[in-house]
Amino acid sequence: MLKAENIHVDLGRKTILHGIDLAAHAGRVTAIIGPNGSGKTTLMRALTGEIAFQGSATLNGVDIAGAQPWQLAAMRGVLPQSATLAFPFTVHEVVRLGLTSGIMGADGGDLVIEALKAVDLGGFEARFYQELSGGEQQRVQLARVLCQVWEPLLNDVPRFLFLDEPVSSLDIKHQLQIMRIAADYAARGGGVLAIMHDLNLTAAFADHVVLISDGRVFAAGKPPDVLTSGNLERVYDCPMRIGSAPDGNGMLVLPDLAAAQPIDHQNHASGDWNDATSGR
Amino acid sequence: MAISSDSAAPAGRRVAPRRHRGDRSALARATIAALAVLLALVFVFSLTSGATDTSAAAVFWALVTGNDAAISTVERVVIFDIRLPRTVLGALIGASLAVSGAVMQGLFRNPLADPGIVGVSAGAGLGAVTFIVLGTGVLAPVAALFGIYHVPFAAFFGGLVTTILLYRVSTRHGRTSVATMLLAGIALGALAGAFTGLLVFWADDQQLRDLTFWGLGSVAGATWVKIAAVAPIIVPVVLLAPLLARGLNAMTLGEATAQHLGLNVQRFKRIAIVAVAAATGAAVAVSGGIGFVGIVVPHLLRLLIGPDHRYLLPACALLGAVMLLLADAIARQVVAPAELPIGIVTAAIGAPFFLWILLRRRGIVDL
Repeated sequence: MLKAENIHVDLGRKTILHGIDLAAHAGRVTAIIGPNGSGKTTLMRALTGEIAFQGSATLNGVDIAGAQPWQLAAMRGVLPQSATLAFPFTVHEVVRLGLTSGIMGADGGDLVIEALKAVDLGGFEARFYQELSGGEQQRVQLARVLCQVWEPLLNDVPRFLFLDEPVSSLDIKHQLQIMRIAADYAARGGGVLAIMHDLNLTAAFADHVVLISDGRVFAAGKPPDVLTSGNLERVYDCPMRIGSAPDGNGMLVLPDLAAAQPIDHQNHASGDWNDATSGR
Repeated sequence: MAISSDSAAPAGRRVAPRRHRGDRSALARATIAALAVLLALVFVFSLTSGATDTSAAAVFWALVTGNDAAISTVERVVIFDIRLPRTVLGALIGASLAVSGAVMQGLFRNPLADPGIVGVSAGAGLGAVTFIVLGTGVLAPVAALFGIYHVPFAAFFGGLVTTILLYRVSTRHGRTSVATMLLAGIALGALAGAFTGLLVFWADDQQLRDLTFWGLGSVAGATWVKIAAVAPIIVPVVLLAPLLARGLNAMTLGEATAQHLGLNVQRFKRIAIVAVAAATGAAVAVSGGIGFVGIVVPHLLRLLIGPDHRYLLPACALLGAVMLLLADAIARQVVAPAELPIGIVTAAIGAPFFLWILLRRRGIVDL
């Protein structure tokens, strides 16, 4: 399991995280939600060992701050928000970068093909990464991450997928597909920690939700307990309505358009869209 | 672009290793083999071409068997004391320049990073000139300490300092800004050039002649002593560079992702920077400013076999050696019986090529 206690992060003079506690168990999809600038990505960067932090964080009992990169790489894969490539690699070559054995020289071509099929990109092997659309690139990166930690359990030790906004540039079909891959990974014994913006996908796929506000945990628990109109309105500063799907299966989380502040054209000639409308 | 597109092996039959679409490994391996053969041919060609006409077959026979009965005494002197050191040195330097270019481009995540363009060669040059001019004066004790290695070592040190400064200035949060890198390279190169100019101002007439010829870049005047001075640096770097390949491949995705893939990024960067500075420094110390090999060779090979550094680095070593030997052959032929400094030849071919890369990237990548 991934366990973080009292995580503080300062970037420059600004304190981004003020003592975050978080536990992500194997077998579950844990979602981190919160508004822009609340510290979600910083938290993930701390938990991947990328940036320095105060507090304690362990992955399967291994101290994240003190671990060697290869130790962590054997236990977790990380999907970044976006990834640019410096050189013209083919899709096959990008996904192969995820194969630890592959980069050491062995032939892991079959796993590359399987991972690409899993993200619905079978047949894209010979395409150049840079010529793909943003959503396709993101799925190629996910295939690379899957290659790195293909089996959710390694010698009975769970491995983790760290996903930073995995569905942000995907169409609805592929959003569902990626979330199903995450849920399936958890169902087979692995762990998933995902930063999410889409509250409905969070409600549908997360087993555990951590709501972050201004670098602190505002609420954590099962989706129905965290995704309440009271919590969300406080944290997102936007009136929300919580309902159930028309067929009664699952939650619906919607902005309350009637109660939302209309755009004030007189005071905001330039129209600040993000503040006035509720967005996501 | 050529991509090996063989489909999977027929069902029911095990054929190992299986090749996959989009996997250019097989093409890359074939290219490396072809380049090795090409290098052997160019090597012999370089030995046989020149003022004394020698039969390639006789030279090859003498080299392989050690039985030099088929060639005359004059030929023996010309080949073994003049052309062979020159050819060996040219091959070493070509390999060194191309490999250090490729490593630097991988490290900076940019195909335009080249020791010659971003000031590293200028920094190495400053180190070398410092010892050429002051090595018999105030720095004589230090020069004596390092023996024949003092100029290569000084060049290595100059290159190292420049590379570290360049990386510090142009990289923020694991991303290298191309504009900052090129501008910082210009500034660092100019600064090194200013100090070099100061040293040239102090130099006496003999040193001045040495410096001018050295600065234009040349493998003429190669001796076994020069080879002994730089081979212990260049050969290990070129042979061990493929050990950096896995890390350079990971770095292609950015520093953060490289770390996620298990690379100790900070340690890796230190090793790669030292390797680049060592190889560039050694090459600059004996041959001066031979530009553009480090940018043209890796770029051509990326077009041909793709950017996988496991294959790119060995291929660069071979093609770099081939290109430098060919450039040297041109330098010897164009104004025969005199000869051009080889740096003029590589710049005349390489600079337009560099502009071509810039034009191709315009519109694709925001510089």
